[in-house]
Amino acid sequence: MKIACLSGKGGAGKTFAAVNLAAVAGECCYVDCDVEEPNGRLFLKPEGLETLPVSSLLPGFDPGLCTGCKKCVDFCRFHALVYVKGKPMVFSEVCHSCGGCYLVCPTGAVREEPRTIGMLELGRHGDVSVITGVLDPGEASGIPLIREAVKRAKGLSILDCPPGSACPVMESAMDADYCLLVAEPTAFGLHNFKMVYELASLLGKECGVLINKQDAPYGPLEDFCREAGLPILERIPFDREAAECIAAGEIAAEKLPRYRELFTRLLEKIGGGL
Amino acid sequence: MKIALPLDEDRLSVCPVLARAPYFLFSAGGEESIEENPAAQAQGGAGMQAAQFLVDRGVTVLITPRCGENAAEVFKAAGMEIFKSANKAAADDLAAYMEGKLEALNHFHGGFHGIR
Ligand code: SF4
Ligand code: SF4
Repeated sequence: MKIACLSGKGGAGKTFAAVNLAAVAGECCYVDCDVEEPNGRLFLKPEGLETLPVSSLLPGFDPGLCTGCKKCVDFCRFHALVYVKGKPMVFSEVCHSCGGCYLVCPTGAVREEPRTIGMLELGRHGDVSVITGVLDPGEASGIPLIREAVKRAKGLSILDCPPGSACPVMESAMDADYCLLVAEPTAFGLHNFKMVYELASLLGKECGVLINKQDAPYGPLEDFCREAGLPILERIPFDREAAECIAAGEIAAEKLPRYRELFTRLLEKIGGGL
Repeated sequence: MKIALPLDEDRLSVCPVLARAPYFLFSAGGEESIEENPAAQAQGGAGMQAAQFLVDRGVTVLITPRCGENAAEVFKAAGMEIFKSANKAAADDLAAYMEGKLEALNHFHGGFHGIR
């Protein structure tokens, strides 16, 4: 079973939830799909690290074979190619590695060359197998990296998704069986929450809500969940001790019994079993 | 030498953006012409499409208020020179260029690819 942890905005506590769920789940995988800023490893501190480079294909052009027909340039719907001085130039951060230019070129002037865009870091934290996608700085698309990371998730897996509701989030949550939506009870939090809920329902996923940093229930969020038939599974109050755990890079569920209980209950409600 | 300038709707003033300018003014050997910018209505990748258009037209000197990083890379590869527009009217920019009064543009803004 794959559980995706999502939140509309950064800072809502998505990584906090994902790491703590993994910590109480026994034998499981924790997959950090937030490849631009993976920080689950700061808490899980995986040991016995192994790294695997991940590459995506980038077209290369042979000026000797290119006749300048520009079929490739016209074909590329991402407009990653511009024909200049006898051959196409490719903009790697715009290219989606679709392979189309390679297919349409009538003279075989296009080669597909692998280019490293980041790495997977594999390690263990007790029973938890920790899989972290790390995108190289300057790379715009982490999609191939997310795909490789999710592919390695076996058995009960917690997917820590990137914040927001754009393509990388879609890629991370696509294979999930359940979406845990982490919400902050504020007006700004609610706006982003609605967007991420929309994405999860577009994907046809079963969803549940974890409200984090709650002082008092926030009316509009409660109303929205009730009307959408979204179950609120647990509520985490504002808590100094938990904040101290986070600041110290520790896992609340491993330090504070009440968090071990809360996340164990949460996992049972989701149906991850124990 | 062929000079290009992004033109606004009125076909007289310099357009503040390059990729989505409605027209381009071309000037070569004292002859001026105006062409529609095929990238003006592009859904995405307007910068690359406008760059391709200017390269295909054989432009050697571009005068513009701003220019994106990627397009600048294309222009560099094509051996084009880029100058910063300093006037409202395209004709004034052309005259200023001829008198050697325009400065090279060397600040390029980042791209806005797709929905990012
Ligand atoms: S399709 Fe092939 S031959 Fe035509 S411009 Fe592209 S690389 Fe050159
Ligand atoms: S691989 Fe696809 S996206 Fe990349 S340059 Fe070729 S056609 Fe464009």
